[in-house]
Amino acid sequence: MCSALLTFAEVSCARGGRQLFERFNLTLKAGDCVALRGANGSGKSTLLRAAAGLFADFNGAVDAASFHYVGHKHGVSALLSPKENLLMHERLAGSTRWWPAAAPEAAVGDALPFGGVSAAQALAQVGLGGAPDTACSQLSEGQRRRVALARLLLERRPLWLLDEPLTALDADGRRLVQELITAHCQAGGAVLCATHQALSCPSATEVQLGGGA
Amino acid sequence: MFAVQFRREWLCVLRSKDEALNPLVFLFLAASLFAIGFGGSSDRLGEAAPAIIWVLVLLANLLSLEALFRRDFEDGALEQFVLFAQPQFAAVLGKVAVQWCACGLAMTLLAPLLALMLNLSAAALPTLLLGLLLGTPALSLIGAVGAALTVGLGGGGVLLALLLAPLHLPVLVFGVSATLDGGAGLAATAQLYWLAGISVLALTLTPFATAAALRISVERS
Amino acid sequence: MNFKAWWHRLGSPKWFYRVSGPWQSLFLSLALALLAIGTVWGLAFAPPDYQQGNSFRIIYVHVPAAMLAQSVYLLLGVAGALLLVWRMKLAGLVLETLVPFGMGATALALFSGAIWGKPTWGAWWVFDGRTTATLVLLFLYFGLHALRRAIPDPAAASRACALLAIVGVINIPIIKYSVHWWTTLHQGATFKLTTAPAMPAAMWAPLLVNVLGAYCLLAANLVAKLRNAILRRERSSRWVRDLMDGSQPSIGPAPSPNRPSAAPSHSQRSAAP
Repeated sequence: MCSALLTFAEVSCARGGRQLFERFNLTLKAGDCVALRGANGSGKSTLLRAAAGLFADFNGAVDAASFHYVGHKHGVSALLSPKENLLMHERLAGSTRWWPAAAPEAAVGDALPFGGVSAAQALAQVGLGGAPDTACSQLSEGQRRRVALARLLLERRPLWLLDEPLTALDADGRRLVQELITAHCQAGGAVLCATHQALSCPSATEVQLGGGA
Repeated sequence: MFAVQFRREWLCVLRSKDEALNPLVFLFLAASLFAIGFGGSSDRLGEAAPAIIWVLVLLANLLSLEALFRRDFEDGALEQFVLFAQPQFAAVLGKVAVQWCACGLAMTLLAPLLALMLNLSAAALPTLLLGLLLGTPALSLIGAVGAALTVGLGGGGVLLALLLAPLHLPVLVFGVSATLDGGAGLAATAQLYWLAGISVLALTLTPFATAAALRISVERS
Repeated sequence: MNFKAWWHRLGSPKWFYRVSGPWQSLFLSLALALLAIGTVWGLAFAPPDYQQGNSFRIIYVHVPAAMLAQSVYLLLGVAGALLLVWRMKLAGLVLETLVPFGMGATALALFSGAIWGKPTWGAWWVFDGRTTATLVLLFLYFGLHALRRAIPDPAAASRACALLAIVGVINIPIIKYSVHWWTTLHQGATFKLTTAPAMPAAMWAPLLVNVLGAYCLLAANLVAKLRNAILRRERSSRWVRDLMDGSQPSIGPAPSPNRPSAAPSHSQRSAAP
């Protein structure tokens, strides 16, 4: 179980005439959790977006297994209720199962504890069990982020790409995120997240960006 | 996939009814401005009615298209859509179909009222309705490409109009021409075939272009 | 050399910059020579038209401009496909360069057509098939230009324009057919590949020279602007910095136009002269 779930190979990227990365290399294997640290504008989000395939203007190669992405914008529709959001996402994304991204998915996926839970269960796990049917426009920013995090639990995917998962969350919520990440890594998944706050997960390693660039 | 996306969008439209109705209100408001502007000269108004109706339909549709992807872009649902909704062709089609139902189809159904306001000759009405029914899908489908390209850009509305007006021109030409011929008691079969042809061509090609445009827009943000 | 390597090199801005230096002067001198010969020949030596008199001579400007207006848009579609399908970086720069040129050619075609229309048709502007189609073409160019300006990131702007250009190219035949739906007042095309031109050789020969000159001007303009755009876009890459250091030591370090406060570790140099 040492096949890579995410590889950056010699990734170089310039934006607005400024070199963000030069020959950046990183490999995530099952059980790895990497926290990207760095000042604003050091390219944390760009790196995550490159991993997710939402940013392609770079040289080098990125190879990712099947993943969940929770971006800076959490992707929760304000007009729909939390439950509808999750159901729609599950159905829209469900067909990705027919095209498994890479071999590791089959090997790792079976060992994951999360995944395959229903939308209601997922919401209960992130502490939103009480309000599945109110429109998300009525929810607070932190609650919407919890809805976005509940997406991670819907379907088992080995790689989680999280952009600032701790922002807008209360102390309870931050603890929840760290528990989820820890459990995911212990079960053989991998997590890449950008964060300004230190993660207190046992397996987390930090990668500092923008130091010499 | 089409059905899932269609249901999701339909829920969204139902929950933002006011926003969805605004283009239709604009349609009637602008039509009455024309009627007032012509100052009671009902014959001249009737002559100009085919052109007025088609241009207003085109503009109202632009207003509705501008909002097609905006909300999803702002809350990030568009990122998830681009990443995970498969196949994109069907998902895009589901989105556009709802926009057409809420705007193009609705305008077609309301067109008799519009024709009455603008004193369009009764003989032209069937051709007008058929023309709108065949032509508005093309407006929505081609428009979705422009909406996808301009989503999230400042001044999106004007920019969208600038991009789309030349591309919408053929629909306008054939639509007006068909309505005029219909009013004169001539068969407008050729123009109607053209409208249908443009819609079918747009149906087969534009969903791919819209999906590509959405990816470009999401990558730029 | 195998084909793949050749293709890869063709898309590389660095390679293009290296080889294209002589092309620029070649095309430019060719364009100036041809345009000078064609214009003088057409204005001074070609016989006047038996119906239109001397006013027909505006075709020596009008026809080349109109031909450029259309072929540049076609080129935009081709460049767009190269960029989106084959991810050829250079095609994005081509796109960026062609839009203003095509817009200028279209505007010139419309303007010269209006001047010619006044004595011939008795009106500056008539909504006939060909003029309307050209006007719509101008609007298509405006749309591309506006879209490019609205997107701050040049690479993303190129991709968006590429897609719009492709949609536009597919649409152009339909647009042309639809505006020809109205009865058309305009003369038929002067040059057709299938039939000999209806005017005598003394009249069309200078026109041909001018058309060729106009295309050379397009090529020269394209190469020159591409070279500039390449330097500007790649200004932070090593080969451009080396080039600037080596050949023009007189240019001092200046902040790039996009970022007034560059990081101190970067000594950036502006590429524009």
